[in-house]
Amino acid sequence: MIATEQLTLTAGPRTLVQDLTWRVGTGECWSIIGRNGAGKSTLIRTLAGLRAPDAGTVTLNGRPLSGWPLAELAQTRAFLAQARSDAFGYSALDTVLAARHPYGASRYWDGAVDQDAARTALAAMEVDHLARRDVRTLSGGERQRVAIAAMLAQDTPLLLLDEPANALDLAHQASVTRLLASLSREYNKTIIAIGHDLNLAHQASTHALLLMGDGAWLAGPKDDVMTAPQLSRYLAHPIEVLAHGARRIFISSEG
Amino acid sequence: MTTPASPLNLRQRAVAIIGGLALLAVASLVLSCAVGSVSIPLADLPGAVLDLVSGTSASLAATLLELRLARALVAFVTGAALALAGVMMQALLRNPLADPYVLGISAGASVGALAALMLMCALWVVDASAFGGAVLISAMLYALARRGLRSGAPAEGGSSVLLLTGVILSSLCMAVVTLMLSIAPESRLRSMIFWMIGDLAGAPLRILPWIVLAGGLLFALRGARALNILAMHAEGAVALGVPVGALRKGLFLASGLLTASAVTSAGSIGFVGLIVPHACRFACGPDHRLLVPAATLAGGAFLVLADTLARTVIAPQQLPVGVVTALIGAPVFLWQLHRLHRA
Repeated sequence: MIATEQLTLTAGPRTLVQDLTWRVGTGECWSIIGRNGAGKSTLIRTLAGLRAPDAGTVTLNGRPLSGWPLAELAQTRAFLAQARSDAFGYSALDTVLAARHPYGASRYWDGAVDQDAARTALAAMEVDHLARRDVRTLSGGERQRVAIAAMLAQDTPLLLLDEPANALDLAHQASVTRLLASLSREYNKTIIAIGHDLNLAHQASTHALLLMGDGAWLAGPKDDVMTAPQLSRYLAHPIEVLAHGARRIFISSEG
Repeated sequence: MTTPASPLNLRQRAVAIIGGLALLAVASLVLSCAVGSVSIPLADLPGAVLDLVSGTSASLAATLLELRLARALVAFVTGAALALAGVMMQALLRNPLADPYVLGISAGASVGALAALMLMCALWVVDASAFGGAVLISAMLYALARRGLRSGAPAEGGSSVLLLTGVILSSLCMAVVTLMLSIAPESRLRSMIFWMIGDLAGAPLRILPWIVLAGGLLFALRGARALNILAMHAEGAVALGVPVGALRKGLFLASGLLTASAVTSAGSIGFVGLIVPHACRFACGPDHRLLVPAATLAGGAFLVLADTLARTVIAPQQLPVGVVTALIGAPVFLWQLHRLHRA
Protein backbone atom coordinates (compact mmCIF):
# COMPACT_ATOMS: atom_id res chain seq x y z
CA MET A 1 0.00 0.00 0.00
CA ILE A 2 2.48 2.61 1.22
CA ALA A 3 6.25 2.22 1.38
CA THR A 4 9.29 4.33 2.16
CA GLU A 5 12.74 3.97 0.61
CA GLN A 6 15.81 5.32 2.46
CA LEU A 7 13.55 7.97 4.03
CA THR A 8 15.34 10.55 6.17
CA LEU A 9 13.54 13.18 8.24
CA THR A 10 15.20 16.09 9.97
CA ALA A 11 14.05 18.90 12.24
CA GLY A 12 16.53 21.76 12.34
CA PRO A 13 19.96 20.27 13.07
CA ARG A 14 18.51 16.97 14.38
CA THR A 15 18.05 13.84 12.34
CA LEU A 16 14.85 12.20 13.57
CA VAL A 17 14.65 9.23 11.24
CA GLN A 18 17.53 7.86 9.20
CA ASP A 19 17.22 5.66 6.09
CA LEU A 20 13.79 4.27 6.91
CA THR A 21 12.97 1.54 4.44
CA TRP A 22 9.54 0.34 5.40
CA ARG A 23 6.68 -1.51 3.70
CA VAL A 24 3.08 -1.33 4.86
CA GLY A 25 0.82 -3.93 3.26
CA THR A 26 -2.89 -3.54 2.51
CA GLY A 27 -5.09 -4.30 5.53
CA GLU A 28 -2.28 -3.94 8.05
CA CYS A 29 -2.72 -1.78 11.13
CA TRP A 30 0.49 -0.12 12.34
CA SER A 31 1.21 1.72 15.56
CA ILE A 32 4.00 4.27 15.63
CA ILE A 33 5.54 4.42 19.09
CA GLY A 34 8.20 6.71 20.46
CA ARG A 35 8.97 9.47 22.95
CA ASN A 36 7.86 13.10 22.55
CA GLY A 37 9.83 14.74 19.77
CA ALA A 38 10.97 11.40 18.29
CA GLY A 39 9.56 12.37 14.88
CA LYS A 40 6.25 10.47 14.93
CA SER A 41 4.16 13.41 13.72
CA THR A 42 6.82 14.46 11.23
CA LEU A 43 6.80 10.95 9.80
CA ILE A 44 3.00 10.68 9.54
CA ARG A 45 2.76 14.15 7.95
CA THR A 46 5.37 13.07 5.43
CA LEU A 47 3.39 9.92 4.66
CA ALA A 48 0.27 12.06 4.18
CA GLY A 49 2.13 14.22 1.67
CA LEU A 50 1.80 17.37 3.80
CA ARG A 51 5.57 17.67 4.11
CA ALA A 52 8.34 16.76 1.69
CA PRO A 53 10.92 14.11 2.76
CA ASP A 54 14.39 15.46 3.57
CA ALA A 55 15.87 12.50 1.69
CA GLY A 56 14.48 9.32 0.18
CA THR A 57 11.02 8.65 -1.23
CA VAL A 58 7.52 7.67 -0.16
CA THR A 59 5.52 5.57 -2.62
CA LEU A 60 1.79 5.00 -2.46
CA ASN A 61 0.46 2.08 -4.55
CA GLY A 62 3.84 1.95 -6.25
CA ARG A 63 3.75 5.59 -7.37
CA PRO A 64 5.94 8.29 -5.71
CA LEU A 65 3.82 10.52 -3.48
CA SER A 66 5.04 13.66 -5.25
CA GLY A 67 3.56 12.35 -8.50
CA TRP A 68 -0.01 12.08 -7.12
CA PRO A 69 -2.55 14.77 -8.07
CA LEU A 70 -4.02 16.28 -4.88
CA ALA A 71 -7.61 15.30 -5.70
CA GLU A 72 -6.74 11.67 -6.41
CA LEU A 73 -4.57 11.50 -3.30
CA ALA A 74 -7.51 12.77 -1.24
CA GLN A 75 -9.57 9.80 -2.42
CA THR A 76 -6.82 7.40 -1.33
CA ARG A 77 -5.59 8.57 2.06
CA ALA A 78 -7.22 10.42 4.93
CA PHE A 79 -5.27 12.25 7.61
CA LEU A 80 -6.25 13.07 11.19
CA ALA A 81 -4.22 16.01 12.48
CA GLN A 82 -3.07 16.13 16.09
CA ALA A 83 -4.79 19.44 16.84
CA ARG A 84 -7.54 21.57 15.37
CA SER A 85 -8.25 25.26 15.57
CA ASP A 86 -11.78 26.24 14.61
CA ALA A 87 -12.02 29.88 13.57
CA PHE A 88 -15.57 29.82 12.20
CA GLY A 89 -18.85 28.44 13.50
CA TYR A 90 -19.32 25.53 11.12
CA SER A 91 -21.61 22.77 12.34
CA ALA A 92 -20.24 19.31 13.07
CA LEU A 93 -22.17 18.03 10.05
CA ASP A 94 -20.56 20.73 7.84
CA THR A 95 -17.06 19.56 8.80
CA VAL A 96 -17.93 15.93 8.06
CA LEU A 97 -19.58 16.85 4.74
CA ALA A 98 -16.43 18.81 3.83
CA ALA A 99 -14.52 15.53 3.97
CA ARG A 100 -16.61 14.42 0.97
CA HIS A 101 -15.01 17.20 -1.10
CA PRO A 102 -12.67 14.83 -2.98
CA TYR A 103 -15.75 13.16 -4.52
CA GLY A 104 -17.82 16.25 -5.27
CA ALA A 105 -15.34 19.01 -6.15
CA SER A 106 -17.14 19.68 -9.42
CA ARG A 107 -20.61 20.03 -7.84
CA TYR A 108 -21.81 23.13 -6.00
CA TRP A 109 -24.06 21.46 -3.42
CA ASP A 110 -23.60 18.12 -1.65
CA GLY A 111 -25.36 15.10 -3.09
CA ALA A 112 -27.61 12.65 -1.25
CA VAL A 113 -24.75 10.11 -1.21
CA ASP A 114 -22.53 12.60 0.63
CA GLN A 115 -25.28 13.32 3.15
CA ASP A 116 -25.73 9.61 3.81
CA ALA A 117 -21.99 9.02 4.18
CA ALA A 118 -21.73 11.93 6.63
CA ARG A 119 -24.70 10.70 8.70
CA THR A 120 -23.33 7.16 8.81
CA ALA A 121 -19.89 8.38 9.88
CA LEU A 122 -21.35 10.58 12.63
CA ALA A 123 -23.40 7.65 13.90
CA ALA A 124 -20.35 5.34 13.86
CA MET A 125 -18.53 7.76 16.17
CA GLU A 126 -21.66 8.21 18.36
CA VAL A 127 -21.81 11.94 17.65
CA ASP A 128 -24.91 12.03 15.43
CA HIS A 129 -26.75 13.98 18.14
CA LEU A 130 -24.12 16.74 17.80
CA ALA A 131 -24.58 17.15 14.00
CA ARG A 132 -26.12 20.64 14.24
CA ARG A 133 -23.78 21.91 16.95
CA ASP A 134 -21.22 24.66 16.31
CA VAL A 135 -17.84 22.86 16.43
CA ARG A 136 -16.45 25.65 18.62
CA THR A 137 -18.85 24.66 21.39
CA LEU A 138 -17.89 20.96 21.47
CA SER A 139 -15.69 19.49 24.20
CA GLY A 140 -12.21 18.30 23.24
CA GLY A 141 -13.26 14.66 23.12
CA GLU A 142 -16.46 15.36 21.16
CA ARG A 143 -14.49 17.47 18.67
CA GLN A 144 -11.97 14.62 18.30
CA ARG A 145 -14.76 12.13 17.55
CA VAL A 146 -16.30 14.48 14.97
CA ALA A 147 -12.86 14.75 13.34
CA ILE A 148 -12.56 10.95 13.21
CA ALA A 149 -16.09 10.80 11.75
CA ALA A 150 -14.93 13.18 8.99
CA MET A 151 -12.08 10.78 8.27
CA LEU A 152 -14.49 7.87 7.98
CA ALA A 153 -16.72 9.88 5.62
CA GLN A 154 -13.71 10.50 3.38
CA ASP A 155 -13.84 6.74 2.82
CA THR A 156 -10.24 6.07 1.80
CA PRO A 157 -8.31 2.78 1.75
CA LEU A 158 -5.46 4.36 3.78
CA LEU A 159 -5.99 6.13 7.12
CA LEU A 160 -3.23 8.08 8.84
CA LEU A 161 -4.02 9.14 12.42
CA ASP A 162 -1.94 11.39 14.64
CA GLU A 163 -2.97 10.44 18.18
CA PRO A 164 -6.59 9.40 17.58
CA ALA A 165 -7.10 8.72 21.30
CA ASN A 166 -6.28 12.34 22.21
CA ALA A 167 -8.76 13.87 24.66
CA LEU A 168 -11.02 10.81 24.55
CA ASP A 169 -12.44 9.28 27.72
CA LEU A 170 -11.60 5.68 28.56
CA ALA A 171 -14.72 4.21 26.95
CA HIS A 172 -14.20 6.09 23.71
CA GLN A 173 -10.48 5.24 23.64
CA ALA A 174 -11.51 1.60 23.74
CA SER A 175 -14.22 2.04 21.08
CA VAL A 176 -11.89 3.92 18.72
CA THR A 177 -9.33 1.17 19.20
CA ARG A 178 -11.98 -1.47 18.36
CA LEU A 179 -13.09 0.60 15.36
CA LEU A 180 -9.56 0.83 13.96
CA ALA A 181 -9.01 -2.88 14.46
CA SER A 182 -12.27 -3.76 12.71
CA LEU A 183 -11.60 -1.34 9.83
CA SER A 184 -8.35 -3.13 9.12
CA ARG A 185 -9.64 -6.69 9.76
CA GLU A 186 -13.10 -6.53 8.21
CA TYR A 187 -12.86 -3.76 5.64
CA ASN A 188 -9.23 -4.36 4.66
CA LYS A 189 -8.31 -0.72 5.32
CA THR A 190 -4.68 0.14 5.90
CA ILE A 191 -4.14 2.07 9.11
CA ILE A 192 -1.14 3.89 10.54
CA ALA A 193 -1.73 5.51 13.92
CA ILE A 194 0.37 7.24 16.53
CA GLY A 195 -0.46 6.39 20.11
CA HIS A 196 1.04 6.63 23.57
CA ASP A 197 -1.01 3.86 25.18
CA LEU A 198 0.92 0.63 24.63
CA ASN A 199 -2.00 -1.57 25.66
CA LEU A 200 -4.39 0.01 23.17
CA ALA A 201 -1.69 -0.02 20.49
CA HIS A 202 -1.07 -3.72 21.01
CA GLN A 203 -4.80 -4.52 20.94
CA ALA A 204 -5.55 -2.63 17.73
CA SER A 205 -2.46 -3.16 15.62
CA THR A 206 -0.94 -5.95 13.65
CA HIS A 207 2.46 -4.24 13.42
CA ALA A 208 4.49 -1.60 15.22
CA LEU A 209 7.19 0.91 14.30
CA LEU A 210 9.41 2.20 17.09
CA LEU A 211 11.19 5.52 16.66
CA MET A 212 14.18 6.53 18.79
CA GLY A 213 14.43 10.16 17.71
CA ASP A 214 18.13 9.97 16.83
CA GLY A 215 17.60 8.27 13.48
CA ALA A 216 17.19 4.72 14.81
CA TRP A 217 13.98 2.79 14.11
CA LEU A 218 12.59 -0.71 14.41
CA ALA A 219 9.66 -2.09 12.39
CA GLY A 220 7.90 -5.43 12.37
CA PRO A 221 4.95 -7.55 13.55
CA LYS A 222 3.79 -6.28 16.96
CA ASP A 223 4.83 -9.34 18.95
CA ASP A 224 8.39 -9.20 17.59
CA VAL A 225 8.75 -5.47 18.19
CA MET A 226 6.76 -4.78 21.34
CA THR A 227 8.98 -6.62 23.79
CA ALA A 228 10.08 -5.36 27.19
CA PRO A 229 13.77 -4.70 26.37
CA GLN A 230 13.02 -2.97 23.05
CA LEU A 231 10.19 -0.79 24.39
CA SER A 232 12.29 0.11 27.43
CA ARG A 233 15.13 1.17 25.16
CA TYR A 234 12.99 3.19 22.70
CA LEU A 235 10.87 4.87 25.37
CA ALA A 236 13.86 5.36 27.71
CA HIS A 237 11.76 4.05 30.54
CA PRO A 238 11.61 0.56 32.07
CA ILE A 239 8.58 -1.34 30.77
CA GLU A 240 7.41 -4.75 31.93
CA VAL A 241 5.31 -7.06 29.80
CA LEU A 242 2.88 -9.48 31.42
CA ALA A 243 0.99 -12.23 29.65
CA HIS A 244 -2.72 -12.19 30.36
CA GLY A 245 -4.29 -15.01 28.37
CA ALA A 246 -3.69 -14.16 24.74
CA ARG A 247 -3.17 -10.50 25.57
CA ARG A 248 -0.02 -8.70 26.58
CA ILE A 249 -0.23 -6.14 29.35
CA PHE A 250 2.37 -3.38 29.40
CA ILE A 251 3.18 -1.67 32.67
CA SER A 252 5.68 0.89 33.73
CA SER A 253 7.92 -0.89 36.22
CA GLU A 254 8.77 2.27 38.13
CA GLY A 255 6.45 4.05 40.50
CA MET B 1 -32.70 15.01 18.47
CA THR B 2 -32.09 17.29 15.54
CA THR B 3 -33.80 17.01 12.22
CA PRO B 4 -31.53 15.97 9.38
CA ALA B 5 -31.10 18.62 6.70
CA SER B 6 -31.50 17.19 3.26
CA PRO B 7 -29.40 18.78 0.50
CA LEU B 8 -32.63 20.04 -1.04
CA ASN B 9 -33.40 22.03 2.13
CA LEU B 10 -30.08 23.82 2.01
CA ARG B 11 -30.51 24.63 -1.66
CA GLN B 12 -34.06 25.91 -1.15
CA ARG B 13 -32.90 28.02 1.76
CA ALA B 14 -30.09 29.47 -0.36
CA VAL B 15 -32.49 30.30 -3.21
CA ALA B 16 -34.90 31.99 -0.79
CA ILE B 17 -32.18 34.04 0.91
CA ILE B 18 -30.47 35.09 -2.34
CA GLY B 19 -33.82 35.92 -3.94
CA GLY B 20 -34.82 38.01 -0.94
CA LEU B 21 -31.54 39.89 -0.94
CA ALA B 22 -31.76 40.52 -4.69
CA LEU B 23 -35.22 42.06 -4.14
CA LEU B 24 -33.79 44.15 -1.30
CA ALA B 25 -31.01 45.36 -3.60
CA VAL B 26 -33.49 46.41 -6.30
CA ALA B 27 -35.71 48.06 -3.69
CA SER B 28 -32.75 50.00 -2.29
CA LEU B 29 -31.89 51.28 -5.80
CA VAL B 30 -35.50 52.37 -6.44
CA LEU B 31 -35.68 54.08 -3.05
CA SER B 32 -32.44 55.97 -3.57
CA CYS B 33 -33.73 57.19 -6.96
CA ALA B 34 -36.99 58.45 -5.50
CA VAL B 35 -35.62 60.10 -2.35
CA GLY B 36 -33.60 63.30 -2.17
CA SER B 37 -33.73 67.01 -1.45
CA VAL B 38 -36.24 67.16 -4.32
CA SER B 39 -38.38 64.06 -4.25
CA ILE B 40 -39.64 62.45 -7.44
CA PRO B 41 -43.28 61.42 -7.00
CA LEU B 42 -43.66 57.69 -7.60
CA ALA B 43 -46.22 58.52 -10.34
CA ASP B 44 -43.53 60.41 -12.31
CA LEU B 45 -41.01 57.55 -12.08
CA PRO B 46 -42.22 55.47 -15.07
CA GLY B 47 -42.22 58.55 -17.31
CA ALA B 48 -38.75 59.56 -16.16
CA VAL B 49 -37.46 56.02 -16.76
CA LEU B 50 -38.89 56.13 -20.31
CA ASP B 51 -37.22 59.52 -20.91
CA LEU B 52 -33.93 58.16 -19.62
CA VAL B 53 -34.08 55.03 -21.76
CA SER B 54 -34.97 56.98 -24.91
CA GLY B 55 -32.05 59.34 -24.21
CA THR B 56 -34.12 62.53 -24.01
CA SER B 57 -33.54 63.45 -20.38
CA ALA B 58 -35.30 66.77 -20.78
CA SER B 59 -37.63 66.68 -17.78
CA LEU B 60 -36.42 67.54 -14.28
CA ALA B 61 -37.48 64.10 -13.08
CA ALA B 62 -35.37 62.36 -15.73
CA THR B 63 -32.31 64.48 -14.95
CA LEU B 64 -32.62 63.83 -11.23
CA LEU B 65 -33.17 60.14 -11.90
CA GLU B 66 -30.04 59.94 -14.05
CA LEU B 67 -27.90 61.59 -11.38
CA ARG B 68 -29.31 59.53 -8.54
CA LEU B 69 -29.26 56.22 -10.37
CA ALA B 70 -25.62 56.71 -11.38
CA ARG B 71 -24.67 57.48 -7.79
CA ALA B 72 -26.72 54.56 -6.44
CA LEU B 73 -25.05 52.19 -8.88
CA VAL B 74 -21.60 53.38 -7.80
CA ALA B 75 -22.66 52.84 -4.19
CA PHE B 76 -23.91 49.35 -5.01
CA VAL B 77 -20.79 48.18 -6.84
CA THR B 78 -18.54 49.68 -4.14
CA GLY B 79 -20.46 48.11 -1.27
CA ALA B 80 -20.68 44.74 -3.01
CA ALA B 81 -16.94 44.74 -3.77
CA LEU B 82 -16.03 45.67 -0.19
CA ALA B 83 -18.28 42.99 1.34
CA LEU B 84 -16.99 40.32 -1.04
CA ALA B 85 -13.38 41.36 -0.36
CA GLY B 86 -14.15 41.14 3.36
CA VAL B 87 -15.46 37.57 3.05
CA MET B 88 -12.34 36.56 1.11
CA MET B 89 -9.95 38.29 3.51
CA GLN B 90 -11.60 36.62 6.50
CA ALA B 91 -11.26 33.20 4.88
CA LEU B 92 -7.67 33.91 3.81
CA LEU B 93 -6.58 35.02 7.28
CA ARG B 94 -8.97 32.56 8.99
CA ASN B 95 -10.09 35.42 11.18
CA PRO B 96 -13.74 36.50 11.26
CA LEU B 97 -12.65 39.94 12.45
CA ALA B 98 -10.44 40.76 9.45
CA ASP B 99 -11.60 43.38 6.95
CA PRO B 100 -10.44 44.39 3.44
CA TYR B 101 -8.37 47.24 4.86
CA VAL B 102 -6.51 45.23 7.49
CA LEU B 103 -3.60 44.48 5.15
CA GLY B 104 -3.03 48.14 4.29
CA ILE B 105 -4.36 48.15 0.73
CA SER B 106 -6.62 51.13 1.47
CA ALA B 107 -3.83 52.89 3.34
CA GLY B 108 -1.70 52.57 0.19
CA ALA B 109 -4.56 54.01 -1.85
CA SER B 110 -4.87 56.87 0.66
CA VAL B 111 -1.21 57.82 0.18
CA GLY B 112 -1.70 57.92 -3.59
CA ALA B 113 -5.00 59.79 -3.52
CA LEU B 114 -3.97 62.34 -0.90
CA ALA B 115 -0.71 63.10 -2.70
CA ALA B 116 -2.69 63.79 -5.88
CA LEU B 117 -5.27 65.87 -4.00
CA MET B 118 -2.55 67.89 -2.28
CA LEU B 119 -0.97 68.69 -5.63
CA MET B 120 -4.42 69.73 -6.95
CA CYS B 121 -4.50 67.13 -9.72
CA ALA B 122 -7.56 66.36 -11.86
CA LEU B 123 -10.08 63.82 -10.60
CA TRP B 124 -8.88 61.04 -12.88
CA VAL B 125 -5.31 61.54 -11.66
CA VAL B 126 -6.52 61.22 -8.07
CA ASP B 127 -8.28 57.95 -8.94
CA ALA B 128 -5.33 56.59 -10.92
CA SER B 129 -2.97 57.55 -8.13
CA ALA B 130 -5.17 55.87 -5.50
CA PHE B 131 -5.32 52.70 -7.58
CA GLY B 132 -1.55 52.85 -8.10
CA GLY B 133 -0.98 53.19 -4.35
CA ALA B 134 -3.21 50.20 -3.63
CA VAL B 135 -1.50 48.03 -6.24
CA LEU B 136 1.96 49.07 -5.03
CA ILE B 137 1.17 48.10 -1.43
CA SER B 138 -0.35 44.78 -2.57
CA ALA B 139 2.78 44.00 -4.57
CA MET B 140 5.05 44.84 -1.62
CA LEU B 141 2.90 42.73 0.68
CA TYR B 142 2.97 39.83 -1.75
CA ALA B 143 6.76 40.03 -2.12
CA LEU B 144 7.29 40.14 1.66
CA ALA B 145 4.76 37.47 2.63
CA ARG B 146 4.94 35.18 -0.40
CA ARG B 147 6.37 32.32 1.58
CA GLY B 148 3.51 32.61 4.06
CA LEU B 149 0.93 32.28 1.29
CA ARG B 150 2.40 29.04 -0.03
CA SER B 151 1.15 25.73 1.25
CA GLY B 152 3.30 23.56 3.45
CA ALA B 153 4.06 26.47 5.76
CA PRO B 154 3.97 25.51 9.42
CA ALA B 155 0.39 25.54 10.69
CA GLU B 156 -0.95 29.04 11.30
CA GLY B 157 2.47 30.61 10.73
CA GLY B 158 1.57 31.61 7.17
CA SER B 159 -1.44 33.74 8.00
CA SER B 160 0.15 35.56 10.89
CA VAL B 161 3.23 36.56 8.85
CA LEU B 162 0.90 37.97 6.18
CA LEU B 163 -1.26 39.74 8.76
CA LEU B 164 1.65 41.28 10.67
CA THR B 165 3.34 42.44 7.46
CA GLY B 166 0.08 44.03 6.31
CA VAL B 167 -0.56 45.77 9.62
CA ILE B 168 2.97 47.22 9.67
CA LEU B 169 2.78 48.37 6.01
CA SER B 170 -0.59 49.93 6.82
CA SER B 171 0.76 51.94 9.73
CA LEU B 172 3.70 53.06 7.60
CA CYS B 173 1.26 54.39 4.99
CA MET B 174 -0.85 56.06 7.65
CA ALA B 175 2.27 57.84 8.92
CA VAL B 176 2.84 59.20 5.40
CA VAL B 177 -0.84 60.24 5.27
CA THR B 178 -0.54 62.11 8.58
CA LEU B 179 2.62 63.80 7.30
CA MET B 180 0.79 64.96 4.17
CA LEU B 181 -2.20 66.19 6.18
CA SER B 182 0.08 68.27 8.39
CA ILE B 183 1.91 69.98 5.53
CA ALA B 184 -1.02 70.30 3.07
CA PRO B 185 -2.36 73.79 2.34
CA GLU B 186 -5.53 74.69 4.25
CA SER B 187 -7.67 74.80 1.09
CA ARG B 188 -6.96 71.15 0.22
CA LEU B 189 -7.64 69.70 3.66
CA ARG B 190 -11.41 69.33 3.30
CA SER B 191 -11.24 67.23 0.12
CA MET B 192 -8.38 65.16 1.56
CA ILE B 193 -10.31 64.39 4.74
CA PHE B 194 -13.48 63.59 2.79
CA TRP B 195 -11.48 61.11 0.70
CA MET B 196 -10.18 59.47 3.88
CA ILE B 197 -13.69 59.10 5.30
CA GLY B 198 -15.07 57.77 2.04
CA ASP B 199 -17.44 59.86 -0.06
CA LEU B 200 -19.58 58.96 -3.05
CA ALA B 201 -20.41 62.55 -4.10
CA GLY B 202 -19.03 63.04 -7.59
CA ALA B 203 -17.75 59.45 -7.83
CA PRO B 204 -18.03 58.64 -11.54
CA LEU B 205 -19.89 55.54 -12.75
CA ARG B 206 -17.36 53.38 -14.55
CA ILE B 207 -17.48 49.93 -16.09
CA LEU B 208 -14.19 48.64 -14.61
CA PRO B 209 -15.42 48.16 -11.01
CA TRP B 210 -18.29 46.04 -12.37
CA ILE B 211 -15.87 43.85 -14.30
CA VAL B 212 -13.69 43.43 -11.20
CA LEU B 213 -16.78 42.61 -9.12
CA ALA B 214 -18.03 40.05 -11.65
CA GLY B 215 -14.60 38.43 -11.85
CA GLY B 216 -14.20 38.33 -8.06
CA LEU B 217 -17.67 36.89 -7.59
CA LEU B 218 -17.10 34.21 -10.22
CA PHE B 219 -13.80 33.23 -8.59
CA ALA B 220 -15.39 33.07 -5.12
CA LEU B 221 -18.42 31.05 -6.28
CA ARG B 222 -16.27 28.57 -8.18
CA GLY B 223 -14.05 28.14 -5.14
CA ALA B 224 -16.82 28.27 -2.52
CA ARG B 225 -16.39 24.63 -1.48
CA ALA B 226 -12.62 24.99 -1.29
CA LEU B 227 -13.07 28.24 0.69
CA ASN B 228 -15.09 26.33 3.30
CA ILE B 229 -12.36 23.73 3.64
CA LEU B 230 -9.61 26.36 3.86
CA ALA B 231 -11.62 28.18 6.54
CA MET B 232 -12.04 24.92 8.49
CA HIS B 233 -8.62 23.35 8.17
CA ALA B 234 -6.06 25.99 7.09
CA GLU B 235 -2.98 24.14 5.71
CA GLY B 236 -4.69 20.82 6.47
CA ALA B 237 -7.07 21.49 3.56
CA VAL B 238 -4.37 19.92 1.35
CA ALA B 239 -5.33 16.54 2.81
CA LEU B 240 -8.81 16.97 1.29
CA GLY B 241 -7.40 17.79 -2.14
CA VAL B 242 -7.57 21.60 -1.95
CA PRO B 243 -4.56 23.30 -3.59
CA VAL B 244 -4.02 25.63 -0.62
CA GLY B 245 -1.14 27.65 -2.04
CA ALA B 246 -2.91 28.48 -5.31
CA LEU B 247 -6.20 29.22 -3.56
CA ARG B 248 -4.54 31.61 -1.10
CA LYS B 249 -2.74 33.46 -3.86
CA GLY B 250 -6.01 33.73 -5.79
CA LEU B 251 -7.83 35.02 -2.70
CA PHE B 252 -5.14 37.57 -2.04
CA LEU B 253 -5.18 38.78 -5.64
CA ALA B 254 -8.97 38.87 -5.93
CA SER B 255 -9.63 40.59 -2.60
CA GLY B 256 -6.79 43.04 -3.28
CA LEU B 257 -8.23 43.98 -6.69
CA LEU B 258 -11.76 44.34 -5.30
CA THR B 259 -10.53 46.56 -2.48
CA ALA B 260 -8.38 48.65 -4.81
CA SER B 261 -11.26 49.15 -7.23
CA ALA B 262 -13.67 50.08 -4.41
CA VAL B 263 -11.42 52.62 -2.70
CA THR B 264 -10.41 54.11 -6.04
CA SER B 265 -13.92 55.29 -6.85
CA ALA B 266 -15.14 56.12 -3.36
CA GLY B 267 -12.28 56.53 -0.90
CA SER B 268 -11.83 54.30 2.10
CA ILE B 269 -15.39 53.74 3.29
CA GLY B 270 -15.12 51.90 6.57
CA PHE B 271 -17.01 49.04 8.19
CA VAL B 272 -18.88 47.71 5.11
CA GLY B 273 -16.24 45.03 4.52
CA LEU B 274 -16.28 44.04 8.19
CA ILE B 275 -19.92 44.37 9.22
CA VAL B 276 -21.69 42.92 6.18
CA PRO B 277 -19.83 39.58 5.99
CA HIS B 278 -20.14 39.31 9.74
CA ALA B 279 -23.87 39.99 9.78
CA CYS B 280 -24.43 37.56 6.88
CA ARG B 281 -22.42 34.85 8.62
CA PHE B 282 -24.48 35.47 11.72
CA ALA B 283 -27.76 35.23 9.78
CA CYS B 284 -27.10 32.45 7.25
CA GLY B 285 -24.13 30.54 8.67
CA PRO B 286 -20.49 30.31 7.61
CA ASP B 287 -21.02 28.20 4.45
CA HIS B 288 -19.36 30.18 1.65
CA ARG B 289 -21.67 28.70 -0.99
CA LEU B 290 -24.40 30.86 0.54
CA LEU B 291 -22.25 33.50 2.25
CA VAL B 292 -20.46 34.71 -0.90
CA PRO B 293 -23.54 35.71 -2.95
CA ALA B 294 -25.46 36.84 0.16
CA ALA B 295 -22.70 39.16 1.38
CA THR B 296 -22.18 40.60 -2.11
CA LEU B 297 -25.86 41.55 -2.50
CA ALA B 298 -26.23 42.71 1.11
CA GLY B 299 -23.07 44.84 0.89
CA GLY B 300 -24.34 46.58 -2.23
CA ALA B 301 -27.79 47.23 -0.79
CA PHE B 302 -26.34 48.40 2.54
CA LEU B 303 -24.11 51.02 0.92
CA VAL B 304 -26.93 52.26 -1.37
CA LEU B 305 -29.15 52.78 1.70
CA ALA B 306 -26.33 54.34 3.74
CA ASP B 307 -25.54 56.76 0.91
CA THR B 308 -29.22 57.67 0.50
CA LEU B 309 -29.26 58.48 4.20
CA ALA B 310 -26.00 60.42 3.91
CA ARG B 311 -27.36 62.75 1.26
CA THR B 312 -30.83 63.24 2.77
CA VAL B 313 -30.45 63.31 6.56
CA ILE B 314 -29.32 66.94 6.77
CA ALA B 315 -30.24 67.92 3.16
CA PRO B 316 -29.35 70.04 1.31
CA GLN B 317 -25.95 69.47 2.94
CA GLN B 318 -24.47 66.04 2.18
CA LEU B 319 -22.48 63.87 4.56
CA PRO B 320 -19.67 61.61 3.37
CA VAL B 321 -21.10 58.09 3.33
CA GLY B 322 -18.18 56.82 5.43
CA VAL B 323 -19.56 58.78 8.39
CA VAL B 324 -22.89 56.97 8.11
CA THR B 325 -21.40 53.48 7.70
CA ALA B 326 -19.14 54.06 10.72
CA LEU B 327 -21.97 55.49 12.83
CA ILE B 328 -24.17 52.48 12.01
CA GLY B 329 -21.34 49.96 11.75
CA ALA B 330 -19.50 50.52 15.01
CA PRO B 331 -22.49 50.03 17.36
CA VAL B 332 -23.77 47.07 15.35
CA PHE B 333 -20.34 45.50 15.46
CA LEU B 334 -20.03 45.98 19.21
CA TRP B 335 -23.47 44.45 19.69
CA GLN B 336 -22.58 41.43 17.56
CA LEU B 337 -19.26 40.95 19.30
CA HIS B 338 -21.02 41.02 22.64
CA ARG B 339 -23.57 38.42 21.51
CA LEU B 340 -20.79 36.25 20.08
CA HIS B 341 -18.98 36.16 23.39
CA ARG B 342 -22.13 35.47 25.33
CA ALA B 343 -23.17 32.62 23.04
